[in-house]
Amino acid sequence: MLSRVADSLYWMSRYFERADHCARVLEANYNLMLNPSKASTEQRWHRITSSLGLGAQASSVDPQTAMMRLTSDPNTRSSIVSCITTARENASQVREQISSEMWERLNQLFHETAQSRVNFHADPLRLVTLVREGSYVFYGVTDATMSHGEGWQFIQLGRSMERACALSILLDAYFSEADGADDLDWVGLLSSCGAFEAYCKVYTADLAPGRVAEFLLLNPEFPFTVRHSADRMHTALEAISDTSSSRKIAVIQRIIGKLRSSLAYAQIDDILSRDMHFYLNGVIDQCRALHAAVHQLYIEYPIETALEA
Amino acid sequence: MATPSPIAERSIPPLFAEYELNAAYDEMFRARGRPRPHYRPLYARLLSLPAEELRRSKQEADLSFFNQGITFTVYGRQEGTERIFPHDLLPRIVTSAEWQTIERGLTQRITALNLFLKDVYHERKILKSRAIPAEIIYTCRHFRRQMRGVRVPRDVYVSVCGTDLIRLPDGSFVVLEDNLRVPSGVSYMLTSRKVMKQIFPVLFRKCGVRPIEHYSQALLSTLRSLAPEGRSNPRIVLLTPGVYNSAYFEHAYLARQMGIELVEGRDLVMHDNIAYMRTTSGLQRIDVIYRRVDDDFLDPLAFRADSSLGAAGLFNAYRAGNVVLANALGTGVADDKAIYAYVPEIIKFYLGEDAILNNVETFLMTDDVQRRHVCDNLQNYVVKAVGESGGYGMLIGPHSSALQRDEFRARIEQEPRNYIAQPTLALSTAPCFVDEGRIEPRHVDLRPYVLFGGDKVTIVPGGLTRVALRKGSLVVNSSQGGGSKDTWVLQN
Repeated sequence: MLSRVADSLYWMSRYFERADHCARVLEANYNLMLNPSKASTEQRWHRITSSLGLGAQASSVDPQTAMMRLTSDPNTRSSIVSCITTARENASQVREQISSEMWERLNQLFHETAQSRVNFHADPLRLVTLVREGSYVFYGVTDATMSHGEGWQFIQLGRSMERACALSILLDAYFSEADGADDLDWVGLLSSCGAFEAYCKVYTADLAPGRVAEFLLLNPEFPFTVRHSADRMHTALEAISDTSSSRKIAVIQRIIGKLRSSLAYAQIDDILSRDMHFYLNGVIDQCRALHAAVHQLYIEYPIETALEA
Repeated sequence: MATPSPIAERSIPPLFAEYELNAAYDEMFRARGRPRPHYRPLYARLLSLPAEELRRSKQEADLSFFNQGITFTVYGRQEGTERIFPHDLLPRIVTSAEWQTIERGLTQRITALNLFLKDVYHERKILKSRAIPAEIIYTCRHFRRQMRGVRVPRDVYVSVCGTDLIRLPDGSFVVLEDNLRVPSGVSYMLTSRKVMKQIFPVLFRKCGVRPIEHYSQALLSTLRSLAPEGRSNPRIVLLTPGVYNSAYFEHAYLARQMGIELVEGRDLVMHDNIAYMRTTSGLQRIDVIYRRVDDDFLDPLAFRADSSLGAAGLFNAYRAGNVVLANALGTGVADDKAIYAYVPEIIKFYLGEDAILNNVETFLMTDDVQRRHVCDNLQNYVVKAVGESGGYGMLIGPHSSALQRDEFRARIEQEPRNYIAQPTLALSTAPCFVDEGRIEPRHVDLRPYVLFGGDKVTIVPGGLTRVALRKGSLVVNSSQGGGSKDTWVLQN
């Protein structure tokens, strides 16, 4: 597969996941914020908007503006509209490589979100719901209509990579100032990952910060957890290295192996008693290193090392 | 339906009520209400169908084109619009005798033009003999001095050519222009055939239409035959300018049909004068590039430095014989419209034969007498810029205003080498299904696709029939309101 094609598929998938993540988090928290005002509500909102990439602006703008910027502002790079647009741009570069059903879904979602400023201005929730539902369809169509070959694996890799990073950033935002967080906060966090029901099945509705952290970080079965994402990356990378067997994948294997074992053998009490922030940053750094190694091996490799055997 | 019912001379069916014949040759009718023999099955079929049915078939065809993605695409950050390529429902039918002449003529022409290109870039015999003035070659914008003395595999310069033919009022086919650089449109020929088979299956079989579906295989084997020596299993790729190019659909379509990789300039890496493409499995060597990128943009080191569509160093790899480009560089010198005027002499010079397919009478603006004559009678002529294609840079005398004529007159005087003039020609007409639900004549041309592999010429029987869909219009280019029709070449 051409490196450019693999790269476009990977980024299409990452940006799509980024939009999906943003939609899920906003949907879960926007409603909570409408509850009678209290200091922690504001704080919670600022916490999640800054984790979604609003950065320093997060505390200086009112919730409505923040919501608008994160959903339908084409000038905010991390907004849903920007991410869907970039995902579609990447898809259009490789339109022949993805199935036409995938293209149609993505294109449709793009057109719906692009007009969201006009259509949904009064009700930004409709946009996030639309994107979240659209993303389930897109993922379903991707799995059902595209060959599960190398290109599909790059799509999986992109999605899991983005998810692992986004989850780590979100967890960090919650646990770095967990003092004073109440049950509503933890419900918000779990709902942001669509994990409330899944959590209850394991731990009952008894919400304890340590258990929430354990579930979202270390649970191997639920798709929106860091550990599950790492496992998925591993599967995708193995499959990719099988199809392009000539490459030296030792570096990649070491990084992903290290990440997976740190998640598989970690104990949440250890992590919490030491430094959650430090641990989560470690995860993000390893994801970055993995991204760089993949890019270096498959996409932007130096010519000298890659001449055909 | 087995035999067409005899048609009374005077009674014109309502479907054809507005079918006015004029001075142009009509492909379907000898005279009003009297179809030529090879059009009779189609005529009978059309009369047996209610107009509503035709309309439905038309919609069906349009939908099929849309679903296959046969569209012009305008990409943009905000917009993603797609327009379907206009297509007419009724086939244009060519008899086997007519096709034989066309085939012989095109074979002769491409053979001669390849010899000419080889000569121009090597010995220049034709210039020394003064059959063609040397300055007309050296002043051609598409002459590539970089190609002087470069050996081209099997001396094949033009391996893919699309020649535009038109039919004169006397029924003979003549060549309007040769497209020897990166001719496009072949995907429309192939996809429109597929759709027509769905729409008129019975008629199709009854007529005995020769197949064209092997075009992709023929193209692939032509490309393979050009591979550098010693590369037993050559890797062939199609080089596209990218998704923003209006012919991107065709590039992707052909790559998929041939099973070869569709690459862009940024996928290519040159190392030690060898061309590679960057894949997830490492660099893979490329042997033949079917390039759909113009000469100017192929290599920023050798040609336009601001191009990012090609690959730096490609020309050196090409010159070293490590990678083959099809078509070769510099072929535009042979389809320059001023040099076109000399093609009959070129055929005579290299093959010692008379041209089987004639040229359209062409006036060279570099010749004082001809220029004065044309400038004094501009309203009767079509003036074309020599290096342009796609119907740009053109003046159609009879349809022009005095102001436009003045402007062109000034341009001609300023840059005579850049223009030629031809008499306004009555392109033949063919029946088209128009929006009002009737069948009316529209002007058409014919672009067959010629493949040249050195010792073998392949011309799939058919081609792209382009239609000027606007009533009375003579411009068939897709960029200017033209459409296409399927072309049926009959078995016998």
